[in-house]
Amino acid sequence: MQTSTKALSGAVADIDDLHHEKLLKAIFNLSLWNFGPDVIDALLELIVSLAASNGKHVDSCLDMLVSNFTPPNKVLDMLKQPRGLEKKERVLPRVHAALKNISELVPMAASRLSSIVLEQMPWKSKRNVDQWSMKRQLIYVENMFKLESGAIREFVGANMLKDVMNVLRDLDVAIGWDDILHDDSSKGVFMIELEDENYADGDEDADADGKLPSTLSEKSLSKNLTAELLDSLMVQTFEHLESSVSNKRLSEVFDTLLSSFKDTVLNTYKSKFTQFVMFYACALDPEHCGTEFASELIDMFVGGHNPLTSRMSAVAYLASFLARGKFLPPAFVASYLGRLVDWCWQYCVMHDGDMNPKLHQVFYSGCQAMMYILCFRMRLMVEIPLLKSQLFCMPIDKIFKHKLDPLKVCLPSIVEEFLKQAKAARLFTSSKTFVFEDLLVSNLSRDFGGLERLDMFFPFDPCLLKNADRSFIRPNYVYWKYVRTTYHEDIDDDDEEDGSDGEVEGAAEFDDDMEEVIISRSYGDNDLEMDEFDYAMNKMSITPRNNSSAGLRMPSRIRPSMSPESL
Amino acid sequence: MEGLSVVAANLKVFLQPSQSNNLTLAIFRELSALLFKYHDEFDGVLLAYNVHAPENKGRILPGVHPFIAVRLEAKLLVFSPKPDMLLEGKVVKVAEESIHVIVLGFSSAVITDEDIRNEFKYKTKHGQGLYVNRSNKRHVIKAGTMIRFVVKSMNEETLHIYGSLIPANTGSIKILEKSSEHTNTESVTINSTPKKRRSKEQGVAQITEHGSIVKDAPSHNNYDREIKKPRRS
Repeated sequence: MQTSTKALSGAVADIDDLHHEKLLKAIFNLSLWNFGPDVIDALLELIVSLAASNGKHVDSCLDMLVSNFTPPNKVLDMLKQPRGLEKKERVLPRVHAALKNISELVPMAASRLSSIVLEQMPWKSKRNVDQWSMKRQLIYVENMFKLESGAIREFVGANMLKDVMNVLRDLDVAIGWDDILHDDSSKGVFMIELEDENYADGDEDADADGKLPSTLSEKSLSKNLTAELLDSLMVQTFEHLESSVSNKRLSEVFDTLLSSFKDTVLNTYKSKFTQFVMFYACALDPEHCGTEFASELIDMFVGGHNPLTSRMSAVAYLASFLARGKFLPPAFVASYLGRLVDWCWQYCVMHDGDMNPKLHQVFYSGCQAMMYILCFRMRLMVEIPLLKSQLFCMPIDKIFKHKLDPLKVCLPSIVEEFLKQAKAARLFTSSKTFVFEDLLVSNLSRDFGGLERLDMFFPFDPCLLKNADRSFIRPNYVYWKYVRTTYHEDIDDDDEEDGSDGEVEGAAEFDDDMEEVIISRSYGDNDLEMDEFDYAMNKMSITPRNNSSAGLRMPSRIRPSMSPESL
Repeated sequence: MEGLSVVAANLKVFLQPSQSNNLTLAIFRELSALLFKYHDEFDGVLLAYNVHAPENKGRILPGVHPFIAVRLEAKLLVFSPKPDMLLEGKVVKVAEESIHVIVLGFSSAVITDEDIRNEFKYKTKHGQGLYVNRSNKRHVIKAGTMIRFVVKSMNEETLHIYGSLIPANTGSIKILEKSSEHTNTESVTINSTPKKRRSKEQGVAQITEHGSIVKDAPSHNNYDREIKKPRRS
């Protein structure tokens, strides 16, 4: 085999694509996974020579190489075993080296490669996921990431990332989330999340088969496999982001991710988990990626030339990001909140009209975003004098007392929570009484939300993909049940939960004169122990850290007003 | 180097209404999509363009799918190698059966052993293949050498060129230039041959050893062409 292949390499110029069609077909149908290293080297030399000698062979050669991204089924089965790993190490680096060699000899081949990789993707949108397609897809995407970070990344890297994001989004949308959990309009947004958290925490033993809470186990097996595939691909993506950090390429990768996010994910309202790729990238580098992401979102919101739904979606993303990103220091949140408030106030000044949910959709979505951020972050902000004075200088009360009446239009559960906290912090007290009866939505919020229901769009709600959440998202995520609000009494927290869920909200640290805020880090297991120790030390003090606000309380757990603590 | 020409063209570009807030960017995007592809209209591969809109506005074409039609005047750099033209490129691989060359950084060319004159003998040195001229040991062709070769044919679809090193005026550019200085014979520059004089009238750009363009001249050729309508997204 090796000899005949080497002989053919010497005669590539004489191989004609018409007269030697069968020979070429036989060569291109070979699977490199069946051969030893010497034969693989000889075969790849033949492929590279074929591509370089005649432009007509380039596509077929690239096809052949890309088809070798995935092994035959019998090897696919044992990929996690030592024998399978050995084969993988034997084949894949050589395939990628051959792709690099072809790009060097035939520069235009690189532009063909991206479309060929996309064409040969094992799983495509609207197909069912089975065990085989799942395994093939996983190893295929691994190869796509290799291309993204490899020698020819300049030519194909961006397209590889965008195609992976599209696959994640397609899988996400294929999982029908419409009919689970969040359509109970008798519960508030925060109440629903508390139930989710308790359910997800307590029921790991029940999750024997799938990665999802058992409310979803009633779904068909294909959808469970879809979620499992999405979970595994998200984990692969996160690992790739981590390796980009070690290669000092994260900002380059992030630029592509952001562009892909704006083009596809931002306007896909059924996307539940894909956006966590952006979340995790920002967690890895809050200073650059976090800033870039938030800036892009706020610019998109204030940019009047952008489509209406994109603007509303962008502000929903911004609010959810600023609320949930544990790695975002309060000063960062305050500065973007300030821009949002300024825009809302300018809008009030320019539009001296009455309440009209459909006409002023963008405004109401901005107001709801403000309130959502403050529900999560108000306590933290009022505890820092500088931020507290910034917050109190913002024209928040003027906005909420304006004729446009956002408190009536926005989602009742958010308005209710905001008013409670604002009153306790003495930030704002409404002169009207709102009776919401724990409603999630109202007709008015439905009106401003529109067909896409952007009034109920909280894109960074807790991630339900088990592996992605547990190892990557959770340490960087703010859960509502751990948020300290401005109205809760501080109590002794001996019954605080331990373990990996025991994150402490309030990620920023202070120095003695409280003028500096240190950027938070995501917590590893060792750090969690230290944090719990620090937390315990803080609890022992009976003196508030600062005396500037009477609303300040010692840290405490949220007690849901209607439900017992654990369900 | 032959095969390069600057042409003046009148173009019409059709843009989608959604791009009307930034027509300049849209025009650049449309024209950039044509780069490094062979076009029958230009009879060559478009390499670069310099464009301006004389009217600074576009007409909206009515219809089921309205487009904005913008007239443009452009200077286009076109690469159209024809048989027997001399091209220059960098050698990237030398094998016993062939020499692989990259022309202008994007077009791959191959010269098979049958098209290499007998003067050149294949050798291996330090694991690297190279061709050495028997009569002039200094005339070496190896990976990294800039060479001049004659075009046999070109595949317009794949931009693949088949070349030849049979003629005496082909080989390593460095050696050829040196020997032409010494013997004072007719050099292979633009000014000296009838073929190249014709190319000058067309506005040929002179290529330095490293492949960068040093000058060009306007062309008498005028093309009135319409760029095809953008693909619907």
